Amino acid sequence: MTTRIVELRRGILKKNDELAAGLRHQFTSAGVLVLNLVSSPGTGKTAFLERTLRELRARGAQAAALVGDLETDNDARRLAASGAPVRQINTHGICHLDAEMITRHLEGWEGVSLEGLNYLFIENVGNLVCPSSYDLGERIRVVLLSVTEGEDKPLKYPGLFNSADAAVITKIDLAEPCGFDRELALHNINEIRPGIRIFETSAKTGAGMDAWLAYLAEQARPS
Amino acid sequence: MHELSIAASIVESVTESAAAYPGARVKEVRLRVGALASVVEDSLKFCWELATEGSPLAGAALVINILPVILHCDACGVDTEIAGVQSFRCPKCGELAADLRQGRELEIESIELEEPDSVVPDPVEEQV
Repeated sequence: MTTRIVELRRGILKKNDELAAGLRHQFTSAGVLVLNLVSSPGTGKTAFLERTLRELRARGAQAAALVGDLETDNDARRLAASGAPVRQINTHGICHLDAEMITRHLEGWEGVSLEGLNYLFIENVGNLVCPSSYDLGERIRVVLLSVTEGEDKPLKYPGLFNSADAAVITKIDLAEPCGFDRELALHNINEIRPGIRIFETSAKTGAGMDAWLAYLAEQARPS
Repeated sequence: MHELSIAASIVESVTESAAAYPGARVKEVRLRVGALASVVEDSLKFCWELATEGSPLAGAALVINILPVILHCDACGVDTEIAGVQSFRCPKCGELAADLRQGRELEIESIELEEPDSVVPDPVEEQV
């Protein structure tokens, strides 16, 4: 018996990364801004996205959403109330979306062409760990954190917070009753992802939505 | 818990690479995993056993080399390793540093094969 060492130096998620690179190219060519929304379950991703879709439509923008959940199409039905095209992705037990699921669900999406969209939102499965490893071809990864979750979430889940391009604090209408320490939360986000853009919002009252929508418009502008 | 998906991806990738060496047995698989890669070492090892069971990789050892985070500090102009993943500040000057130079890796570094002495032909050129 002889022993041989073979150097591979290959990404474990190479297949996903290649698919994601293809998607990114497709999105860029179509001129659609794609955002991947990630948070724990219960942060309020769906309420935040529903309000975003409604406000974008009111401003004349074309936006659509893919929404990931283990089971049920409840979120897709909620989001569809905004009037935007929405498609549910059920992962049946898988704790994150991957590039293959996105590819598959973009195919045959009735009435939706990437070229006709300004924005495509991908609402990931509620999970602050696994989605960080899976590139979906998005241009902007948005991490959401609600005031009810505790200010140390960024410190507990540095992998995901450090990979994000923007952070959204949700449910700020509940900040006071929850005893939310705003300064500490902002500090912790900044320690893990220095210089990240942070938006403080309430989907219920609409607080902070203008700044968020202005950011979207600025990011969607062709450079 | 995406470690099972990751273990399955490693099995698939290594099986493909090892096919270039007919008759060889994979003894060990070595990974480079960044401290920020969101992979739990123990969990991946547990899933590795499940994923390799009944496959050509059954019995192969999994060696996980965890890589610390390295930040580039604009103020100091140097790359420095930081301890832990709780504060992304340059250890020299204390400034926050967003430029990550290491820490997200999720790679198969190498595989160790055991080949029978009788098999001597050159390996089939691996397709990249």
